[in-house]
Amino acid sequence: MNGRVSALYRIGLALLLIVAVLVAAALAGDVGVRADFMNRLSAPSWLHPFGTDQMGRDMLARSLHGLALSLWVGLLAASLSVLISTLVALTSALGERADRVATFITDAMLSMPHLMLLILLSFAMGGGTSAVILAVAISHWPRLARVLRVELREVQAATYVEASYALGKSRLFIAWSHILPHLAPHILVGALLMFPHAILHEAGLTFLGFGLEPSRPAIGVMLSDSMRHISAGRWWLALFPGLMLMVLVLAFEALGSASRRLLTPREAQC
Amino acid sequence: MTVLRLITRQLMLLFSVALVVFMLMKLSPVDPVDAYLGAAVSRVSPEQKAQIEAAWGLNRPVAEQFFVWAGQLIQGDLGFSTTYRMPVSEVIGQRIGASLALTGLAWLFSGLLGFLLGVIAAALAGGWMDRVIRVVCYVLAGTPAFWLAILAIMVVSVEWGWAPICCSGPIGVPDQQVTLGQRLEHLLLPLSVLTVLGVASIALHTRIKMIEVLQSDYVLLARAQGASLMDIILRHGIRNAALPALTVTMAASGEIFGGSILAEQVFAWPGLGRATVEAGLKGDVPLLLAIALLTTLIVSSMNLLADRLQHIIDPRTRRL
Repeated sequence: MNGRVSALYRIGLALLLIVAVLVAAALAGDVGVRADFMNRLSAPSWLHPFGTDQMGRDMLARSLHGLALSLWVGLLAASLSVLISTLVALTSALGERADRVATFITDAMLSMPHLMLLILLSFAMGGGTSAVILAVAISHWPRLARVLRVELREVQAATYVEASYALGKSRLFIAWSHILPHLAPHILVGALLMFPHAILHEAGLTFLGFGLEPSRPAIGVMLSDSMRHISAGRWWLALFPGLMLMVLVLAFEALGSASRRLLTPREAQC
Repeated sequence: MTVLRLITRQLMLLFSVALVVFMLMKLSPVDPVDAYLGAAVSRVSPEQKAQIEAAWGLNRPVAEQFFVWAGQLIQGDLGFSTTYRMPVSEVIGQRIGASLALTGLAWLFSGLLGFLLGVIAAALAGGWMDRVIRVVCYVLAGTPAFWLAILAIMVVSVEWGWAPICCSGPIGVPDQQVTLGQRLEHLLLPLSVLTVLGVASIALHTRIKMIEVLQSDYVLLARAQGASLMDIILRHGIRNAALPALTVTMAASGEIFGGSILAEQVFAWPGLGRATVEAGLKGDVPLLLAIALLTTLIVSSMNLLADRLQHIIDPRTRRL
């Protein structure tokens, strides 16, 4: 089995896992959201494989809801962020001065600890779901913008672009049929690799109390709640939601690096 | 000349960040007076509220507020923290030691440990050891920092009872009476968690660079001359791989600080990270602004230093 085939298998497996999470969360319905005070804080059993929380909610269903929520937040935030980084990279292409401004803004964004920036942005927007989505979107674009800028410079200097100019093609034609096809795989891979970061940061922000509302079944909320049960030895409240989140993040990591191998094989050598 | 330009750029960067962060704070729907009063808000008349606003200068135009704040900042007056009821500079002064001990040491150790693991993985590239290190690094990169911290408390502190469950000293003992041994005892677990979390990216970068070095012509020549793998790694490998590792470690300072905000929250560690969260949740704008600027100063200086160091240690990169 060569690298490309195994990359395809890994992509298939990761996609299967992600779809399974969404389907399972939809099938769970309001299980995991509705309280059931007869079964408070029960340890993992056949009926509740992940145990139940202080309101008797099934942790497996709750974790699945949390993952689905993370997926949606991550999807929206990452798409927005990719859009911003593409626009910034394109601004760099406009000219020397525009490039300097774009680089300065990118550097400024990278000069603050990521989580600090997220806290400030979320504070500025008053917290809640839309604030998290926007905060993650606004704070995650600089790295991809840097990659895209380098790629853009490379393709602009390529001989086939020069030849196209010499043949009298319009700027629009060149942007559409030479530059965009060159950037497209990088944009896609960048989006996929941004996803795990976005999900992890959303969970962290929610955990600290700046993110999703405590009423939502978010992984960050569950782990924050579990802090109160640490000394009581209720390990299942913390272990399973975090483990599920980690598996989801790793699935996206695998999806991203496998797609990079397929789409931009030269950079993915090591 | 270039140094002067870099400093100007750095100052411009800080000024822009200060301006943007200030605007963000002003944009916030959290009313600082309401946040300050908390539950007491019901006992305060609108006139009294207006008086507090006037005393804090909140009724002035935003631009004026910014320049007053920036002017005081330059004179060393960081403002008054409403959460801790003392000047911001005192809050930071009390907490920076604990933060430096945790974050600084974690940063140092993760750099060293990451480099070591990267070198080992590269030297044994393709073997089972390399495989283990790589898998561990990938998994660590996808691990939520705060979750790992919670698990560490659950297993090490609660289950085994090897480490204290929280804080930087025994509960109820005044800060001055905590002995060095107790401090270390409380530091050990948060420090280990943060260190382990920081290792992944440094180890993976070092590994790639080291493999590149080991495949180079000069290593081939050394091998042909009969040098052992140990010789090659010590004399050629480490020297060439140290620079990129240093750059990555420098650039990782922001990530480590982010991790420390989460870890301080879980371990109830009285550092700047916890103060950030408190300030953010309670609408303590002066404290939040000060910590944001301080961390920006540190991280951007680290980035700059990484850049300069690269040029100084390896003059070949200067032309690029």
